Amino acid sequence: MPIFSYLAIPRDGAKASLCTDLAALDYCRVIPADNHDVVVLITDTPDEATEEALQKTLKNLQSLQSLDLAFGYDEN
Amino acid sequence: MTKIKGKKEVTMKLDRRRFIQCAAASSAVATAGALFPGISFADWPKITGNSGMVSWQKAPCRFCGTGCGVLVGVADGRAVAVKGDPNCSVNKGLCCMKGYHSVQALYGADRLTKAKVRKNGQMVEVPIQEALDLVAEKLKETKDKHGKDSVAIYGSGQWTIPDGYVASKLFKGCLGTNNVEANARLCMASAVTGFITTFGIDEPMGCYEDIDNANVFITWGNNMAEMHPVLFSRMLANRKRRKDVTLIDFATRMTRTSQASDKSILFKPQTDLAVANAICHEIIANDWVNWEFVNQHVSFHKGKTNIGYGTEDHFAFTDKAEPIDFEAYKAFLEDYTPEKVERISGVSAKDIKYMAALYGDPSVKVTSFWCMGMNQHTRGTWINNLVYNIHLLVGKISMPGNGPFSLTGQPSACGTVREVGTLTHKLPHGVVMNEQARKHAAEIWQVPVTNIDPKPTYHTVEMFRALDRGDIKFIWIQVTNPMVTMPNLNRYRDGALKDDRFVVVSDVYPTPTTDVADVILPAAMWIEQEGMFGNSERRTQHFAQIVDPPGEAMSDTWQIIEVARRLGFEKQFPWSEKDYIEKIWEEYRLFHAGPKHEMAPYSVLAKRSGVQWPFVDGKETRWRFNPKYDPACTNGKDFDFYGKKDNRAWIWARPYEPAAESPDSEYPFWLNTGRIIEHWHTGSMTRRIPVLNNAVPTSYVELNPEDAADLGVVNGEKVKIISRRGEVIMPAQINGRGVPPRGMVFVPFFDESFLINEVTLDAFCPISKQPDYKKCAVRLEKA
Repeated sequence: MPIFSYLAIPRDGAKASLCTDLAALDYCRVIPADNHDVVVLITDTPDEATEEALQKTLKNLQSLQSLDLAFGYDEN
Repeated sequence: MTKIKGKKEVTMKLDRRRFIQCAAASSAVATAGALFPGISFADWPKITGNSGMVSWQKAPCRFCGTGCGVLVGVADGRAVAVKGDPNCSVNKGLCCMKGYHSVQALYGADRLTKAKVRKNGQMVEVPIQEALDLVAEKLKETKDKHGKDSVAIYGSGQWTIPDGYVASKLFKGCLGTNNVEANARLCMASAVTGFITTFGIDEPMGCYEDIDNANVFITWGNNMAEMHPVLFSRMLANRKRRKDVTLIDFATRMTRTSQASDKSILFKPQTDLAVANAICHEIIANDWVNWEFVNQHVSFHKGKTNIGYGTEDHFAFTDKAEPIDFEAYKAFLEDYTPEKVERISGVSAKDIKYMAALYGDPSVKVTSFWCMGMNQHTRGTWINNLVYNIHLLVGKISMPGNGPFSLTGQPSACGTVREVGTLTHKLPHGVVMNEQARKHAAEIWQVPVTNIDPKPTYHTVEMFRALDRGDIKFIWIQVTNPMVTMPNLNRYRDGALKDDRFVVVSDVYPTPTTDVADVILPAAMWIEQEGMFGNSERRTQHFAQIVDPPGEAMSDTWQIIEVARRLGFEKQFPWSEKDYIEKIWEEYRLFHAGPKHEMAPYSVLAKRSGVQWPFVDGKETRWRFNPKYDPACTNGKDFDFYGKKDNRAWIWARPYEPAAESPDSEYPFWLNTGRIIEHWHTGSMTRRIPVLNNAVPTSYVELNPEDAADLGVVNGEKVKIISRRGEVIMPAQINGRGVPPRGMVFVPFFDESFLINEVTLDAFCPISKQPDYKKCAVRLEKA
């Protein structure tokens, strides 16, 4: 049951669509910065399989340039 | 059992998970802050606010007039904790016991959450909109039938600034009556008239930084250890740190302030007038007068004498100032040699000379503090004048550490009552008698100038007499509890209960005042609404709405707006619920534009833990009348007392005159009333805070041990206190925290089970109209 937080950096001009894409995903919570092209992403998945599936989805997002891990926690 | 245990585990797990989510969010936000300086995340607080974690927001404390900054901890929409705000210069992170427990006052079991109206003699719950309809209907009906001065509003020094502002605008500007008063008349009016008569302008010239600069503190009838504990702690900390600091308690009974002071001097009630004059006599006799200051900045006056006590209905008095010269003033003081005054006051000539020497020593910085002891006084204006006389003779004023400092009792007695002007004669700027002030108000309020009546109507005591007589038939009471606090209470409660009187009460808990109401409106309390308070040192303190009010409770400001709109004043009250406090503040600021009283804009108030006025060119004013600090000084001299037309502060020849009622053979004891540290005023809030209520669950009468022995009473035994107006039976306290001298008893008024104001006298200072709760005559019986 891992919980992670990231700084998500959008591709140029894609901050709004990145927020939309991330907010549409299960297990994700989004806090966009007001004055920079940065988005805080918090993920909270119920098990390892779901976490792996979410990671794959994130990597395939066209609006996402990079993810920088800020915090990680896993009860297992 | 198993199911319950399992449910608990799930709840704990969920809370823990939310906690970790919040930590994850915080960590990411912190990382972003390091990588991108200045980055902001507006949605972040929303997430942490729902996380089960505590988030902290600033507010001024709800209780006394010190104005301590607090940080209120909120979890899941509920205020759960309080800590002192280290960024607030008032208290620098410290709180007193009331402050630390203040949020518990929001959550008493019997909180008023729904409106009630009296139907067939019974109070019945109704939707608040229906109750507001009835309030508007009754107000209009009464005004139409009996005239504009048959309706009144009675508020409080616990009103927020917007509360008082809209009350004044509706009643004075729209309805055209000056029937606007507030309970600060009972605690601060003599301070106001003292300032006005001496300086021509209200509110202290100094600030709390005086405490960090003075060498000598003299508390005049002021138990600061219990009433202003955070400021008193600051004095004690200075004494410990600086070693050259002395505290002198000048009072009528021994208190915790006396115990902590370096010297305690007791005087007989009312004789502070004589002692103050004797100090001035001694200053002149020893040539300790600061002649340069006096010649440049002071003028001398006398007023009327034998001015009465206001115990009869329709009492009227107007003082008349006559200029005198220094020699006439000196001759006046010949009646007040220390030796003569020793016989009147019981204070030894040696102690009088000691205090005079401290004031007279140019190497010593002296700050005088006072509050109710000098203000609740049938010569309250005079004793304020006389303490100013002392400071003016020696030129110890308007400088760091040197000054007379009138403390206030309520969180916004200054901000709402004195600055907004929620008294019968006042407007937000100036007085109703002044044509220019009326024009100014009418312009800002967008009402015809003829709406504003140039004649004041009723001060507080006379307002409740008018209710009793039937001259007032509709009264709206907000944020105060007069059916506990009015002196000579039996008369005023009987008056409020008369058949054709209509009483509306807005409050947060049931009280003896809601008991006499025809409509009860549930009010939002403190941080359940946005607002501003103004404290003792000219500091305006903004607070946001931090938690939601319960049920249908509504801010007092919005209640008045709702009624105003029902009465057809939509144009004057056009604001939306979203930003009405900001709009009201910016309108109110217009009244005070200019260097003497400029107020900070809303955007500045919202960010800081209070801002002192005058706020000019982005700078707060610490000491008024001193051009080093005060931008309103323009005369090119080292001081500018710009409140008076002669640009001078006035020294007044004011005599000693006895109290309205003194002990005699039938009623041989003085009765003195007041407060204690655990409870706020009538206890309607603090008695619902378990730890405070358990500390002092009931009121009591303090007796001198020898008087108690004569009476045959030991601690806890019942004593009957009888005056010409009423009686009350309550437990005795002997050698407790306060010890009165022989011939005096003291009773705290926080407990509605023992209504000591059924015993007190409704005599008042003829100039300020503030009642004297400290002196009347009683006899005692073992009950």
